[in-house]
Amino acid sequence: MTPHSQQPVLKVTGLKKSYGAIQAVGGVSFEVMPGEIFGVIGPNGSGKTTLFNSMLGQITPDAGKIELNGEDVTNLGPLELNQRGVGRTFQTLQVFGKMSVRDNLIVAAQEHQGNMFSRMFSPGDMGLAQKADALIEQFHISHVAHQKAGELSYGQQKLVDIAMAFMSEPDLVLLDEPCAGVNPALVGGISTLLKELNRSRKGSFVVIEHNMDFVMDLCTRIMVMVEGEVLAIGSPAEIRSNKRVLDAYLGS
Amino acid sequence: MKKITLLAGLIALAALLIVPAYLKSHGIYLFTYWLIFVMATMGLNLTVGYAGQKSLGHAAFFGIGAYTVAIFLKMGLSFWLAIPSAAVLCFITGLLLGFPALRVQTIYLAFATLGFNTAVWLLMRNEEWLTGGTFGINNIARPSAFGLSFDGNLNYYYLTLAVSILMSLLLWGLLRSPWGRAFTALRDNPIRAESLGIDIKAYTLFSFAIGAVYAGVAGGFFASLVQFIDPAPFTVESSIMMYLMVVVGGPGYFLGPLLGAAVGVILPEWLRFAQAWYLFVFGSAVILLMIWLPDGLLSIPDRIRAKKLSKAASAARASSALTSKAQVNGGEKS
Repeated sequence: MTPHSQQPVLKVTGLKKSYGAIQAVGGVSFEVMPGEIFGVIGPNGSGKTTLFNSMLGQITPDAGKIELNGEDVTNLGPLELNQRGVGRTFQTLQVFGKMSVRDNLIVAAQEHQGNMFSRMFSPGDMGLAQKADALIEQFHISHVAHQKAGELSYGQQKLVDIAMAFMSEPDLVLLDEPCAGVNPALVGGISTLLKELNRSRKGSFVVIEHNMDFVMDLCTRIMVMVEGEVLAIGSPAEIRSNKRVLDAYLGS
Repeated sequence: MKKITLLAGLIALAALLIVPAYLKSHGIYLFTYWLIFVMATMGLNLTVGYAGQKSLGHAAFFGIGAYTVAIFLKMGLSFWLAIPSAAVLCFITGLLLGFPALRVQTIYLAFATLGFNTAVWLLMRNEEWLTGGTFGINNIARPSAFGLSFDGNLNYYYLTLAVSILMSLLLWGLLRSPWGRAFTALRDNPIRAESLGIDIKAYTLFSFAIGAVYAGVAGGFFASLVQFIDPAPFTVESSIMMYLMVVVGGPGYFLGPLLGAAVGVILPEWLRFAQAWYLFVFGSAVILLMIWLPDGLLSIPDRIRAKKLSKAASAARASSALTSKAQVNGGEKS
């Protein structure tokens, strides 16, 4: 892989979004390269969530451009983005509580095969059972595979939630605080899993997270946001030693 | 477990085939009436129970089906042409009613569909040239096929039974396909569903359209059963009653409509002795049921299972807590 032939998976240029007089994101630009784990950190109210929601088609930005593998996707909704290879997790748990863990994973990928009409005449599991079971195994939740997701513990549901985002083998996965509310033991587990997935699938991730140790350990590059603007982008080591970041956010 | 289900199904089917043959005419009529409401509420169970779209307009589709058959027969057209036409008409109308559901949900959607039902009811009442207005349409014939007449109550019952079974099998097939899972995902969490590539707009529209087809076919059979229709059975009140049947039986349970329709059709018969008190008794029974079993009658086995499971799980959790912790920590380099 030569660097000059590589096209960014995600390219955000001059993204702006205001709510009334309040500017949530004021001209943010960055690129995420294939295989990268890109971290976004910043204090509360720094515009991370607005940025995320724009990239996921939940809100339309006022200005700027979002490109996915070279295609302009600025005005596309969540469905179209997923169809183009964007997976995501949410800040809060979003599993389908009344379905089994296995069905949660199957439903996460079934719509990527065939069309609505052909799916009406497909076998119930769409031939995805094996793939689901492999992911279930990787996430150490085999013992609850046939239980309803809503009956599991918070940590187990979190794992199901993250696994769902990877079922359709997306090019880009956006993870919104994957460690929120998770016990310290499991934080390490999630970090290991994400690294494994990143290696084996060559996918790129964007991670928003408040847990600094987690971000520094996991990410290849980190963007620091303050008051809707980019304060710095760099490797974990660069960010850790950046004077402005220390002053504004990390503290000393 | 599977064998028991199959056996129970066969016994139920045998009962449905044999019992009405020994009933008097009113009994056969009630069984047919029940089957028709099973068909109609199966469709509503898809819309409400599986896909989670709160619709209070189902009786309108039931009425559209009934009037389509009545008008077709008056025009001298075949019943066998009328039923598919009713289905197609309801499919299209159902698709259209689905559009408000793309914008509003829950109680607001219920109100939108309620408005739709009222509008359809007004059409039935006011467009006398087509529907006969409040005088309705009478002398609706019963069908015949291959020299076999379904005019007799028992023959008509068997025809209705055959069609109900066919319609249930079709729905069973649909819900066993990936569509079933997509509908459930739409109901439980539309935002998450959309983020996983599930076209929630398309599934919402289809949940209304397919549900409406079931009401339309049922309405067609209703017209031929009672042989006289006016707008009265197609009011919002009837929609609420159908909704109640779904809720009582167990929304999202495939066999829920069997029980729900039985409660809605047969219970009022049994409560005839109560006369003026009938609605009070019926209403109180429903309130009590909703307090104890908010997920309907068919949720009882699930409840028992869940209780057993949670007991087993808490025991298992205690013993496996250490091992799973070790597993998770095992991969961590620290």
